[in-house]
Amino acid sequence: MPDGINTGIGASVTRVEDYRFLTGQGTYTDDINRPGQAYAYILRSPHAHARINGIDTTAAGAADGVVAIYTGADMQTGGLPCGWLIHSRDGSPMHEPPHPPLAQGKVRCLGDQVAIVIADSLSQAKAAAELIEVDYDVLPAVVDMKAAAGGGTLVHDDIGTNVCYDWVIGEEGDVDAALAGSAHVTEIDIVNNRLIANAMEPRAAVSDFDRATGEYTLYTTTQNPHVIRLLMGAFVLSIPEHKLRIVAPDVGGGFGSKIFHYAEEAILTWAAGKLARPIKWTAERSESFMTDAQGRDHVTTAKLGLDANGKFTALKVETMANMGAYLSTFASSVPTYLYATLLAGCYTTPVIFANVKAIFTNTVPVDAYRGAGRPEATYLLERIVNKAAKEMNLDPVEIRTRNFIPSDAFPYQTPVALQYDSGDYMATLKRAQELHDTAGFAARRAEAEARGKKLGLGYSTYLEACGIAPSAVAGALGARAGLYESAEVRVHPTGSVTIFTGTHSHGQGHETTFAQLVSERLGVPLENIEISHGDTNRVQFGMGTYGSRSLAVGGVALDKALDKIEAKAKKIAAHILEASTEDLEFNDGNFTVAGTDKAMAFGEVALAAYVPHNYPIDEIEPGLDEQAFYDPANFTYPGGCHICEVEIDPATGVTEVTKFTAVDDVGRVINPMIVAGQVHGGVAQGIGQALLEEAIYDPEGQLLTGSYMDYCMPRADNLPSIQVAHETTLCTHNSLGVKGCGEVGAIGSPPAVINAVLDALTDFGVEDIAMPATPARVWQAIQDAKA
Amino acid sequence: MPNLSMTVNGKAVQGEVEARTLLVQFLRENLDLTGTHVGCDTSQCGACVVHVNGAAMKSCTMLAMQAEGAEVTTIEGLADGDTLHPMQEAFRNNHGLQCGFCTPGMVMSAIDLVNRNPNPSEEEIRDGLEGNICRCTGYHNIVKSVAEAARVMGS
Ligand code: FES
Ligand code: FES
Repeated sequence: MPDGINTGIGASVTRVEDYRFLTGQGTYTDDINRPGQAYAYILRSPHAHARINGIDTTAAGAADGVVAIYTGADMQTGGLPCGWLIHSRDGSPMHEPPHPPLAQGKVRCLGDQVAIVIADSLSQAKAAAELIEVDYDVLPAVVDMKAAAGGGTLVHDDIGTNVCYDWVIGEEGDVDAALAGSAHVTEIDIVNNRLIANAMEPRAAVSDFDRATGEYTLYTTTQNPHVIRLLMGAFVLSIPEHKLRIVAPDVGGGFGSKIFHYAEEAILTWAAGKLARPIKWTAERSESFMTDAQGRDHVTTAKLGLDANGKFTALKVETMANMGAYLSTFASSVPTYLYATLLAGCYTTPVIFANVKAIFTNTVPVDAYRGAGRPEATYLLERIVNKAAKEMNLDPVEIRTRNFIPSDAFPYQTPVALQYDSGDYMATLKRAQELHDTAGFAARRAEAEARGKKLGLGYSTYLEACGIAPSAVAGALGARAGLYESAEVRVHPTGSVTIFTGTHSHGQGHETTFAQLVSERLGVPLENIEISHGDTNRVQFGMGTYGSRSLAVGGVALDKALDKIEAKAKKIAAHILEASTEDLEFNDGNFTVAGTDKAMAFGEVALAAYVPHNYPIDEIEPGLDEQAFYDPANFTYPGGCHICEVEIDPATGVTEVTKFTAVDDVGRVINPMIVAGQVHGGVAQGIGQALLEEAIYDPEGQLLTGSYMDYCMPRADNLPSIQVAHETTLCTHNSLGVKGCGEVGAIGSPPAVINAVLDALTDFGVEDIAMPATPARVWQAIQDAKA
Repeated sequence: MPNLSMTVNGKAVQGEVEARTLLVQFLRENLDLTGTHVGCDTSQCGACVVHVNGAAMKSCTMLAMQAEGAEVTTIEGLADGDTLHPMQEAFRNNHGLQCGFCTPGMVMSAIDLVNRNPNPSEEEIRDGLEGNICRCTGYHNIVKSVAEAARVMGS
């Protein structure tokens, strides 16, 4: 390694990007200002459902500083597309109602865009917006999924139903038969609470149009700039790629909510073109609450069959998934291919059937939020498994180990489409038990009891599918895009390196991790490596960052490009050293000829590639710049065990997480410090879901949790320190052996917390509790059980 | 529009602002000090924390005019050339930041916390940072960072 300091794979190097963030020199979208820029304010619907009879902008248009006001009547473009086509059980395609960027005659959820006001200053735009008169006929709103599924009020009149699709996986007859023949059947009704991602940077956009070149530029808070270019360019605004530049600069967290193509991006780009003037829009936090796509929101009933020994025989699942008022970019895939295909978990359940009904309601669209579908599957499984254990008088650990897929059974084909490549669920469980000191739990419980407190221990042994993923498989399942990733390695003449990756870092630390991969391979020190991402004019192409795919897909693409660089460099070195490539070795940045003292540094080879005086010019081209696209053969399958301990004050219902242990198998770890950080953050969001967070609408479709005063974000004093460790099995189908770590924390943790809460409340006879298990809910559950 | 002058990061600055201009707007828009962030509209996230006369202050909750004549320090004013403040250094060493959006406010709050309590326990750190929301880190490494910085700042 350079200078004897390990900066390669497995080293916890501190992050390259931190200096700029720690000194206030990050460049987030709202930090960008363009010369002559105007400011936009978006007038939004205050109603969840209303007909628009007319919009009078006369007074507003005459107000100080106003540059333009546009409504749906002005903006007649394509609608926002959905990227995944699901088919119902009868073979019919899902209903895809139009999703206009600016409302066309009707608003269907709180916050729906009604008009854009553009002015010389933001305060002028806001003041003018207050003068716009919108004549609404307020219509009844449908908020509850069961009511919506039954008909009545329709979110989209023309499709005649609120059911977007009615999809199945598995053979219902086989599952019913297996359940009928089971020694025991455990049933559960479960709700996965609706969440709001709440990245700390609110969404923002700055658009620009260059009349001279006809090029549009949009700076936007996105996790996938090329995807936005594709969706907005091809489907909404009809701007070809070569005239549309999307830049995602530093982005302050995403967690899924910044994957999607949002209306504001299209409206701003379109308006910049009309006005030939840059325009800036930045969401206020209350706007983020009501316009960022929200997460989860499933209502499920399930049955788990077991034989007399507690072995699972069958699983049957009926889920209603809320889509909100419109289909957001990936909404339709979340409760199907990211949820139902995960229902085997890490267990050998032989037959599984799931039916998912996706429902339109007059609420904000729902789409992927950290984990996307997999937390919902994991929560269901880990709750029903615990319930089954209790009913069959088995220890919750015992029932799990009896049903684990054994470590020698890989590759393992599940009954719900996926084939797991590797894992060792016993190893993660055992390690977690040791680290957590589960053996000492009884003593800790007795000590808490003596203080009048109730201690509970909860397990979650989870598995997830990520590294999203093989294009052919995704395509067969309805994806309208490919899911490969690209990387370019540009070695400069003096040996420094720029990497162009189609993934995007918004907290994950790619500028460090990807540089480590390069440093490991080429022996180039980190300071001589630059990772470029987030600009469609710099990076060749990419599908972006979500589904824990950056390393498992983008990192492997980089590895493949490095293969090409190494192969070409070897040929150049062989020529200059007058040796055959077979005799060359490449270690720590040096080519050496085996058995001789002939050597050439990588930097010298780079220079030779650009100054090709003594060069195999008949055989290879000058230059050292290679690109690779990588489309994986399979998803990756991280898994692990989370153990949570909670202490409950029965007098108040206050629940404190006193101890949390996460042992995850994320495959090979490139930077342990960064991986631990990802797990901490995911677990915090999982604890948030389990104990604190919920998006609540009233029956009229008003969002009751629309600010940090009402939506309870986890704060430092709500959370414990989190113990993190890894047990590693390598991914067998990618060259790095990596699986991905971004979502494991949020996927594994919620059921561990709720199982711990229920364990703590056992003495009171409490058998169920809804997320979030707030003090009020816990206290009420105790009172109800006592009554 | 009223005239305003104050000292920001050791430099005398002045500007014309509307009476309703918030301190954070003055810093970001007039002075182009965009390290101070806005994460909410209800004074709850702490992304905007700066020091006013040495004490942590949510700059979204204060009018620029109220800082007339004050000494203001923002995240841009902490490092001494290339030498980071011990709190910045500790955040880097302990991976106390991910996306970096909460970070300026978090660092400014944490320095104030340690100034007031040079030897904070884990619980005191967690309580003390209650006004700053971070969605990325789960606070685990932030708490470690602050504890380490407190040790360095005290020595
Ligand atoms: S911006 Fe959120 S507290 Fe100031
Ligand atoms: S580092 Fe992203 S919000 Fe704290």
